[in-house]
Amino acid sequence: MIRGFYAVYLREVLILKRRIFRQMLSWSVMPVLYLIAFGYAMGRHVQVGDHSYLEFLIPGLVAMSSMTQSYAIAGEINIARFYWHIFEEFQVAPISNFSYVLGEVLAGITRALLAVGVIVVLGMLFGVVLNYNVYFFLALMLNSFVFASLAVAVAMLVKSHADQALLNNFVITPMAFLGGTFFPLEHLPEWAQKILYFVPLTHAAEAIRTASFGQPFKFLNFIVLVVAGIIFFIAAMLCVNHARD
Amino acid sequence: MIRIERLVKKYKDVQVLHEVDLQVQAGELFAYLGPNGAGKTTTIKILTGQTRADSGSAYLNGFSIQKQSLSAKQQFGLVPQSINLDRELSVCENLLIHGLLYDMSRTSINQKAEELMEYVGLSDRTDSVVKELSGGLQRRLMIARAMLHQPMILFMDEPTVGLDANIRRKIWSLIKRIQQKGTTIFLTTHYIEEAEFLADRVAFLDEGRIVVVDTPENLMTRQGEWAIDRFTETKMETVYFDSRETADQYNRDQHDQYTLRRVNLEDAFLALTGKRVK
Repeated sequence: MIRGFYAVYLREVLILKRRIFRQMLSWSVMPVLYLIAFGYAMGRHVQVGDHSYLEFLIPGLVAMSSMTQSYAIAGEINIARFYWHIFEEFQVAPISNFSYVLGEVLAGITRALLAVGVIVVLGMLFGVVLNYNVYFFLALMLNSFVFASLAVAVAMLVKSHADQALLNNFVITPMAFLGGTFFPLEHLPEWAQKILYFVPLTHAAEAIRTASFGQPFKFLNFIVLVVAGIIFFIAAMLCVNHARD
Repeated sequence: MIRIERLVKKYKDVQVLHEVDLQVQAGELFAYLGPNGAGKTTTIKILTGQTRADSGSAYLNGFSIQKQSLSAKQQFGLVPQSINLDRELSVCENLLIHGLLYDMSRTSINQKAEELMEYVGLSDRTDSVVKELSGGLQRRLMIARAMLHQPMILFMDEPTVGLDANIRRKIWSLIKRIQQKGTTIFLTTHYIEEAEFLADRVAFLDEGRIVVVDTPENLMTRQGEWAIDRFTETKMETVYFDSRETADQYNRDQHDQYTLRRVNLEDAFLALTGKRVK
């Protein structure tokens, strides 16, 4: 049932290993800009509750970055599928859809963890050390699982790399800004808060932030992420069949 | 070994395969010959589980590709038309990934990879990154990769397309050696000479229909042994003869430009379909 997933995962890891230095540099560009622009320059005198804006921002960046980097596995799949035709190799191999999706999702999670590592180090350089406890890692893993699974599903459905970029603009970018990453959702009108409560990133940002601040975790956040992850993972498995035709 | 029964495939309104029936015996090198768009790649895609047939069935060593896909997929290796190697990875990393996909242990992957690299003449390039290899070497690596898990059937979809004549001949000799080891080979091609040189039997495919299945010799001699292409001012005409003598006799009475040559599979295809393969 699951044989072959390691081959799919290892392939992504070997490619990532070859690019690791430039990849780490690229992962650090956006967080550095956000930290300087929003955290240091604009937010220096801003308090959010009992915390400085920089302390508020870093868990948000962790949530955002784990989302975008785990979702970025879709780009790798597209390149393998549309340009290098490597997806054919997986299609003809005796592995199940479950194995294929699991391998790609684990690769997405690995990317996300490494990218978050960069943010944590950058946060320390900016003088912010948060509480990186077990709930922090659980929320981080779940968020990466949700968006890596979504990424595989979407990558199986799109007909070209351009379609993928379009979807990113309509789905991922709005979520990145509105999912409680840069500002507390309480600042938005109530109707907007209700809508955003259905967005998985909102729960991920909240879970990561409460864990980082050492506050008690909210069970609902984890339930939403687990349910969303399972739904997207099953969708990804079904979408692999779609890619055959 | 390979059995196809009444295979039908449509893409929207276009029917690509029309109830294709075919049987390939164990150890046979079977060429599937037809012009571009005839349905060769679609047949291979169905046989290898990359696309689904609308109706009909296909069996590989007795396993249905539709109903027992994981067992059926264990039976074959595929050399696809376009190069689908991981260009950023090394030769041995490509083989490692393939072996793991087929549930091989690392020890057996390393042993088999070493043997195959020797076999295809790549033993000094195992650590090279694939993008540094020439097109011919990449093709050889694709063949080695497809053979790594020791499949009983090898599908080759236009394995020499885009290669120069010299490299093409090297690949042919490699394919022959693989067949001599007992592997069944299903080869699609639109190169006439490739099918003539390699195949035990040939199927002509035209607009998704199998026109004929026979040995290259039988197909070629249906027309005669020799052919004369006559070039008039407006067209080219081909006349067939049973012997060189009768062909020479015919030539003496002609005033147009002509070429005397042996009959080939293109003539057989033309006679049966009214079209040329190329």
